[in-house]
Amino acid sequence: MNEGEIDLLIVGAGPAGMAAAVAARSNGLSVRVVDDQTAPGGQIWRAVESVAKTARGARFGDAYRMGADRAAAFRACGALYEPDCQLWQIEQGFRAFLTKDGRAHVVRAKAIILATGAQERPTPFPGWTLPGVMTVGAAQILLKTADMAPKGPVWIAGSGPLPLLYMTQLLAAGGAIAGFLDTTPRGRWRAALPHLPQALANFSDLAKGLRWSLSLRQAGFPIVRHVVDIRAEGEGRLERLRYRAENGRETEIPAKVLLIHEGVVPNIHAALSLGCATKWHSEQSCLVPVLDKWGESSQANIFVVGDGAGIAGAEAAEFRGHIAALRAASRFGKMSEAAAAAAAAKERALLARALAIRPFLDALYAPRPEVFAPPDDTIVCRCEEISAKELRARAAEGRPGPNQLKAFTRVGMGPCQGRQCGYTVAHIIAAAQNRPVAEVGFQRIRPPLKPVTLGELAALDEQEPAA
Amino acid sequence: MTKAEYDVAVIGGGLHGLTAALHLSRAGQRTVVIERRWIGRHASSATAAGVRTLGRDLAEIPISLEAMAMWHRIETIVGDDCGFHAHGQLRIAETEQQMPSLLQREAEVRALGHTHEEIIGAAELRRLLPNLSPHCVGALIARNDGAADPHRTIAAFRRACESASVVIVEGCGVDAAERDRGAWLLACGERRFRAPVVVNAAGAWAGRVASLFGDVIELGVRASMMIVTERLAPLLDPVVSVVGRALSFKQSDQGTLVIGGGLQGSADLERERSSVNFVELAKGARAASDLFPATRGVRIARCWTGIEAQTRDHLPVIGASPNTPGLFHSFGYSGHGFQLVPVVGAIIADIIVKGATKRDITGFAPTRLMPERAAA
Repeated sequence: MNEGEIDLLIVGAGPAGMAAAVAARSNGLSVRVVDDQTAPGGQIWRAVESVAKTARGARFGDAYRMGADRAAAFRACGALYEPDCQLWQIEQGFRAFLTKDGRAHVVRAKAIILATGAQERPTPFPGWTLPGVMTVGAAQILLKTADMAPKGPVWIAGSGPLPLLYMTQLLAAGGAIAGFLDTTPRGRWRAALPHLPQALANFSDLAKGLRWSLSLRQAGFPIVRHVVDIRAEGEGRLERLRYRAENGRETEIPAKVLLIHEGVVPNIHAALSLGCATKWHSEQSCLVPVLDKWGESSQANIFVVGDGAGIAGAEAAEFRGHIAALRAASRFGKMSEAAAAAAAAKERALLARALAIRPFLDALYAPRPEVFAPPDDTIVCRCEEISAKELRARAAEGRPGPNQLKAFTRVGMGPCQGRQCGYTVAHIIAAAQNRPVAEVGFQRIRPPLKPVTLGELAALDEQEPAA
Repeated sequence: MTKAEYDVAVIGGGLHGLTAALHLSRAGQRTVVIERRWIGRHASSATAAGVRTLGRDLAEIPISLEAMAMWHRIETIVGDDCGFHAHGQLRIAETEQQMPSLLQREAEVRALGHTHEEIIGAAELRRLLPNLSPHCVGALIARNDGAADPHRTIAAFRRACESASVVIVEGCGVDAAERDRGAWLLACGERRFRAPVVVNAAGAWAGRVASLFGDVIELGVRASMMIVTERLAPLLDPVVSVVGRALSFKQSDQGTLVIGGGLQGSADLERERSSVNFVELAKGARAASDLFPATRGVRIARCWTGIEAQTRDHLPVIGASPNTPGLFHSFGYSGHGFQLVPVVGAIIADIIVKGATKRDITGFAPTRLMPERAAA
């Protein structure tokens, strides 16, 4: 418990967290990085240290392999790195509560940089809780860390860059694809087109996307465009899929594995639990923390960087991490404000270029309305098994907000604390009460942010000196 | 500006505000409940919902026993069983050295003529709690005690109020009060409510409400912390507390363990927020896992605190204001008001409608916490 206070605690060792650590260390701050993964890299560069130089690494491409250099620089920067370490609470002051190797402990820090990245947008649809249904992101983790491709041909459904990337990676790894149910609505290209000139600043990213699309088209599996409704069905596990195309025609097909993905949203639960102000990002249909130009939240000395600050990708994440570290360094007297401002100006110019493609991608891959309006029979809260029907019925009585609906129905009261159902609940309330979702807000986050056991918490008391 | 006219305005939409309104309305009073946020926002929904006569302050025992009788027929009062189960509450001794204090308590309560608290030995303890750590030696038990479901209780009281024609106004905080032709005029933003009688049931904010009417009542605040775990197979029925440790331990209908006992987080009355202090809460986790070792690996789903009023002597404030005509107080329950909810509503209705109650509430008089009297 008496571990002393460090300058900077960084949560997460993806592109943003690593960049922040390297920049903070080079300016002389004491830095501790906690990461719930087993090795640095985050989602994008997962397992990169062990995989980059292998054939698998080659298949993942240059954007993946460049993560190895970042991880090496991070390892050498002199920050204390704690992998396999779960952060589950931050108290004002700051006191951060962690669990590592089954033991809880407390770390004190003057400032905290949250680099907790993104999570896949939760997408409840009928049958989504059946075994055999998982997310594309989860499947990609298996591919990156264990070279595991699902057995037999898989169905992929959804929208966004990740399904395209995963499918190309899966084919390269020798996997088989039964078909792709593309849920991107018709007309999205038209909406995205005005943003194309600006997006050309990221020409290489655009080219990458086109290359994926072309190679997938040549692979020969069926691609169904503009799918609106998906149902997973089966006795005890997935046996068949039913989907509806935009013309209303329904198709039923046998299926053993379905991977779904409808975009990503910032992981903001730590910021929310600290009471950091958030605002609704209408282009990305999610909440983002309110941040100043340094990435500092409404709570002094709490910074949010990377995709947690708003979805922007790995390149932007590194610049954001660097900028926040500069602010911390100047605040703690390690560099002058002028020097920090000059260094940050360069990073911000690079950040602006990296962000240029976002309006295009946000318009192209904006989630379809059905994602937020699951049919009545769909389980929305899987922890407490609450259906969309029950939520709609209670949301229509009076004008309850998310926290009242929680009390009325137990929605979001289980171990995930709304991480899976929060946005769906907000949209159901908004629709039932005919008001904008931005006004509805989010469920209050109760600690712990990650499940910690009674025994682990009890051990914290044993470490305390007797009063 | 329109003024809504009532016989009684209840300030605060927690369970104590609702029960007062319910009994008043049934006694023929046109009653409005004015709540700044929403019904049950603070202490009422943060409670562990223990329904306990065990270990009550001697001054509270008579009304607590009456409340317990009401809990056993709560469905006839509010039309729902509120998830109440009478599996008993126990106060456990972990060592022989702790038994004398329990025996003394039992004797003290019996001397007053009450028989609801009873000593049991290790064998009966083992029969009631097969999963309890074998080191425990005995307990004091109140077999008619139990626990309810807080959210279901709030919903039941709300529905009962509404069917008794109580008007409930949410999102409406009282900012000012003034005398207006023999009544009180309450200003809540743009809205006005006029009533000759006001009940202050504003919980942790009740001291501030009292001061709007000129009553100065010393009131503290507490933020009792709670832990809820993931769902488990049935582990225990009664509610368990322990001598010398801050622990209240029970299993809910959902199978989750609910662990409280009065460990304190921090409360911020201005921002209406409270925060958990995990170093402190670790003591509760330790007590729980010492008593039920099988729970060590159980995952905590969520922890929280609620903002509650606390008086100097841990007794509530129930009664008429000594200075201010038409003002009645019901607050300051200091973390153990849930069980008293049904009876206090009846008491408030009696003293307002009949001018007196047959229950002994002298120990709860507002004057004991008012500076003028303290100085006298």
